[in-house]
Formats: sequence, C-alpha cells, structure tokens
Amino acid sequence: MSFGDYMLFIVSAILVNNILLAKFLGNCPFLGVSKRMDTATGMSMAVIFVMVMAGMITWLVQYYILVPLNIEYLQTIAFILVIAALVQLVEIVMAKSLPALYRALGIFLPLITTNCAVLGVAIININEEFDFVDTLVFSLASAVGYSLALILFAGIRERFMLTKMPKAFQGTSIGLVVAGFLALAFSGFSGLVGGH
Amino acid sequence: MSITREFTKGLWEILPPFRLVLGLCPTLAVTTSAENGMGMGLATTFVLVCSNLLVSLLRKIIPSKVRIAAYVVIIASFVVIVELMMQAYAFPLYQALGIFIPLIVVNCIILGRAEAFAGKNGPVASIADGLGVGIGFTISLAVLGAFRELIGSGTVWGNSVFWESFEPFTFMVRAPGAFVALGLFLAAINLISSKLDDRKRRAQS
Repeated sequence: MSFGDYMLFIVSAILVNNILLAKFLGNCPFLGVSKRMDTATGMSMAVIFVMVMAGMITWLVQYYILVPLNIEYLQTIAFILVIAALVQLVEIVMAKSLPALYRALGIFLPLITTNCAVLGVAIININEEFDFVDTLVFSLASAVGYSLALILFAGIRERFMLTKMPKAFQGTSIGLVVAGFLALAFSGFSGLVGGH
Repeated sequence: MSITREFTKGLWEILPPFRLVLGLCPTLAVTTSAENGMGMGLATTFVLVCSNLLVSLLRKIIPSKVRIAAYVVIIASFVVIVELMMQAYAFPLYQALGIFIPLIVVNCIILGRAEAFAGKNGPVASIADGLGVGIGFTISLAVLGAFRELIGSGTVWGNSVFWESFEPFTFMVRAPGAFVALGLFLAAINLISSKLDDRKRRAQS
C-alpha cells in the first residue's frame, strides 16, 4: 500500500468505522468507565497498549502456529488465552519496571481481558487477511479511535451531573442515548472516505 | 432458594441486558432484526448453560487463583462448539452474526454468571440459573430486534407489514439507532420497575 492508502485506512479505522460506535466492540467498559474523565483516560491508554501488542502477537500465533499445524478452528480459544496471558504478563512487567505507569493503569489492565474490542480487532485482522504491517496499523488506529470516542463521551457524561433529567433516564439509559448521537456525529465522517 | 426461583430471577430481577447491564456489544450489534437477535440469544443460552454446568461440577477442583482463566477456557471451548455447529446447520445466521459468534467468549454475562453463581452453587441450580438468564437474554434481544426491525425496515420477522408507500425510519437499523433504541428500552424498564416497587411499598404500608 502507498502512503495515501495508509492514510485512508487510518482515517477510516479511527473515524468512519470507529470500533466502538460503528462496530459495537468494547461497549461494556465504554459505559462502565466513562463517568469520569480520569478513568476514561486511564482505560484509553491501557487499551492502546494492549490492543497493539495483542494484534501483533495473535497475528504471529495465527500464521506461525495455527496455520502450519492446521488447527485454525482453535483460533477463538488460542486468541483469548494469548490475550489473557498477555494482560497478566504486561501487568507483572509493568509493576516491576514502570511503577508510575502501572499505578495509572493498574485497575484497568485486568478489565481488558474481557474487553471484546481487543479480541474483536485480533479476529478482524485475520478475517481481512491483513499482512503484519497492516495489522500493526489497523490495531493502533482502532485503539486510537476507541480512545477518542471514550474520552469525548466521558467529557459529555461529566456534564450530566449538573443536569436535571427524568428519573427513568438517569445513569446508563441517558448514556446510551447520548452515545447514539455521538455515533451519529461520527457517521458524518463517512463522506471523507467515500463509497460507504 | 428453590430451583424455580433460580430460573425465574433471570426473567425479570436480573434480566440481562436491561436490569443487569452486561453483554451490550452483541445486544447493540445483532438486534437489527428479531431473527438475528433470537439466534444470538439462543447461541448465548447454550454456551451459558453448558459453561454453568461444567463450572459448577468443577468448582471444587479449580484452584481459586486461576479460576478466571479456567472459566475462560471452559467458555471458549463451548463457543467453538457453537461456532462449528452453526457453520454446519445454520450458515445464513452464522454469516449474519459474523464476528459476534467468537465474541460470545468475552460476553460478560457468561463470565459473570460463572463467577457470581456457578462457582458457588450445585449443578442443578446452576443449570436453572443459566437457563433463566439465557432465556431472559434471548427474549430481550428478540424484543429489541423486533422493535428496531419494525420501525427501521417496516417488517416483522422478514414480512412487510406497512402500507406500500411507507418510508421506514432507517436510523433505527443503523449504528446510532442501536444505542438510542437500547437507551429508550432501558428507560422504559426503569420506569416500569420503579412503578412496581411503588405499588409493592404501598401494598405493604
């Protein structure tokens, strides 16, 4: 792919096909940690880190272990184990060598194992038959898109504390409606890539 | 608690995804029609019941330090079974649900029930719990899917129901509509349950 193609690919993954708002991956933590800005930023950083690492490692596992041994049907089990082990490993290494970062990301790391965005991106990388560089770029762009949506949403949600609203809508309910409008705003970018 | 009680609590008290706000990704993604919602619900129910049973049988063998990893492996095995069975017997549905079938592994409802219930209770109660929660989830997805399908494409179970010049409100079947529809449903359920609580309190006093 040329440089222009990569730019198109990146813009598409961040804005147009945003992993959270257009592909519905990773919505539980999206609603769970978006009540405050600092937790949303912490989660975003952890997602960027783990998603890129997991994307690369699952790609290597797929093409150097599963395909040569003809056991592609074990993909789901293999990937979730790789992600769980990776998260655990990152946690241990980070606690030892980067204590400051560990304290910032600490509680979000274990939550990421069940963040379907990470497993989702790993599976999309394989389904779309990306090569290694594509995988790297796509994982990073998806993670950035995730963070962008999460931080924007947390910014909006902080304002709810000051707003009067019907009792039935309080909490997750109004959060989902607002997420819908955020998704609508993001879908406005589809003209950028064209053909969608 | 009796077995019936374990079963029925999944249908209202902890009804996912409305009362127990978990498993949102498949809820948002596959409810573009009643049929897809129901297929996803049934696949999840199967995995949930099987994993609840196995987790409950193995609850004394699995060391508590590695229990989450063990649960994930158990769940993933059943998801692979569902995936292969759907490829063989329900291929159109398999294609419609796409990536969300392998992603049943990370559906927090299943891991949540394994951790909160099956890891502490006997096999029969765990099956009842899994069935209740699973059927509750299936009904929720089917109802949400039917609502979005009716408004968004003007059809019920694939059959057109409106007059010929009816212009469907396609917002509802697209991504933003998923969030808005689920938010509105959640608000409705909140309203109903607060009304019910009020009535109960008034009956007691």
